[in-house]
Amino acid sequence: MSAFYRKRSLTGYLFISPWLIGLACFTLFPLLYSFGLSFTDWNILEPAKFVGLDNFDKLAHDPNVRDSLKVTAIYVVCSVPLGTVLSILLAVLLNQNVKGMRIFRTLFYLPSVVSGVAVSMLWIWIFESNYGLLNTVLSWFGVKGPHWLTDSSTALLSIIIMSLWGVGGSMVIYLAGLQSVPRSLQEAAELDGASRVRRFWSVTVPMLSPTVFFNLIMGLIGSFQVFTQALVMTGGGPGNATLFYVLYLYQNAFQFFKMGYASALGWLLFVIILVLILVLFQTSNRWVYYEGEGPATSRSKRRTRRPCSEGGEGRAPHSHTR
Amino acid sequence: MRRTRILGKALTYLLLLACSAVFMLPFLFMLTTALKSSAAVLTIPPKIFPSVYHWENFGDAMRMMRFWKLLGNTMTITGLTIAGTLLSCTLVAFGFARFDFKGRSFWFLVLISTMLIPGQITMIPLYLLMKWLGWIDTIKPLTVPAFFGTAFYIFLLRQFFMTVPRELDEAAIIDGCGPMRLLLKIMLPLIRPALATVTIFTFMHTWNDFLGPLIYLQSDNMRTLSLGLYSFQGEYVSQWHYLMAASILLMLPCLLVFFFFQRYFIEGTTVTGIKG
Repeated sequence: MSAFYRKRSLTGYLFISPWLIGLACFTLFPLLYSFGLSFTDWNILEPAKFVGLDNFDKLAHDPNVRDSLKVTAIYVVCSVPLGTVLSILLAVLLNQNVKGMRIFRTLFYLPSVVSGVAVSMLWIWIFESNYGLLNTVLSWFGVKGPHWLTDSSTALLSIIIMSLWGVGGSMVIYLAGLQSVPRSLQEAAELDGASRVRRFWSVTVPMLSPTVFFNLIMGLIGSFQVFTQALVMTGGGPGNATLFYVLYLYQNAFQFFKMGYASALGWLLFVIILVLILVLFQTSNRWVYYEGEGPATSRSKRRTRRPCSEGGEGRAPHSHTR
Repeated sequence: MRRTRILGKALTYLLLLACSAVFMLPFLFMLTTALKSSAAVLTIPPKIFPSVYHWENFGDAMRMMRFWKLLGNTMTITGLTIAGTLLSCTLVAFGFARFDFKGRSFWFLVLISTMLIPGQITMIPLYLLMKWLGWIDTIKPLTVPAFFGTAFYIFLLRQFFMTVPRELDEAAIIDGCGPMRLLLKIMLPLIRPALATVTIFTFMHTWNDFLGPLIYLQSDNMRTLSLGLYSFQGEYVSQWHYLMAASILLMLPCLLVFFFFQRYFIEGTTVTGIKG
């Protein structure tokens, strides 16, 4: 029967042709174009000038690039692990076989449903130092809260706190992961006399590790691209305290009209993300555990399959077994 | 033993309630602020609940930000993007899931890799391309690309097509079905939940998109709600009751969609491992 599909090789291409055209026009061409642009000096009005590696040289000495990389790195290093730990804890809490689990799940998930400018607006108001919710609540406990967004020492912290409000999205994923851990495994461990804590670390965590890995990658990519919060809430300030990398890129392209320089910034971002993903993949076989492999083989270097497609494809059947 | 178990249960509920409060308080604060008078917003010490509820704030905020006009713009862009995404991604995903054409695994690998490319790198050339086409300040740059597929949704739909047993195709083929009829008559009804998920995700993403409209739309008449709220903030600094009313109006459709289609949200999120 697959002869039907094999004979229609051309039809197959016809079906994927919209994407192939889109790939050429909206991905490959822009990639090449931006690569070329990164070697030019161009403000759109005058013709582009070829400047060789000047943009990259400038970029290496630009204090704003240094600041924006620092801001973005601090944000990624804080918000991604904190978010991961928090969403796993919430998922474990919800997985305690409590009544009303669905209601709590909805309440925790709700904040991650909303996003964009409206959420940023809400949090500017929450962080407002005299009348905002956060300092009002703090004042009930006799604490005088800081000026949050308008103080350069707390502005970035504020945006990290705000990001934690949306952990419900990954919490739901971990919850599904927890529920797919076979009961027999837990029971076997219990019979062997493992305590609850021991069972969590030796059974639950390894079974959850592919989900953690996938979420880390997606969280990493997302955190590098923070833009709306930065522009709407602080505009990068005070000083350069929240000058996120993508905000600086946007400013260069669409406010200073330095198209060449902005393209060079884009390529630097791309390279950084690629390197980090490669590093994560390199370390993944040390801590990511895949079902169907004994612990002995997963520890050996036998695995050569790509974890990405495995993680992705392994996930689909869950929806049906649940 | 029994006592510790009851204690543990109580502690779990206490924690759950505390977390719920933390997650819900911002929403409550937003709503009560939206219902305050301008004087009540700025009282010291701040009160969470107003003494008089000003429901007319919503109407005022709608007038000030020209809500209906912006809603129309946003809905046009969102509707077209959803239509384009469903159309293109279904076709492409079906192609990838079923046809054994040469180079399929290569192209699929390319598809997966494009998900790792940050949008900011293609943003500048795309802007220049749209400018060259004369599409700036129209909805075309925001909607036309959707008709050429989105890697992530293609991947999602392809995963669903793969779960449909091939015996079904076989039966239809023996009955003389061509590929297009097979897709429309046999496949689409079976993957309806996945289509719902794609629709909802696309809706949320397009509705809340800020960077795209910010770059491509310039005149007041083309603005989306996100852009409108952003400039509203600049015009009505510290008119928090109006700003919160406008923010609620912007969030409301997403919350409603969530309440009505919660199943697809949670299913979509867990199947793909990505937040909406």
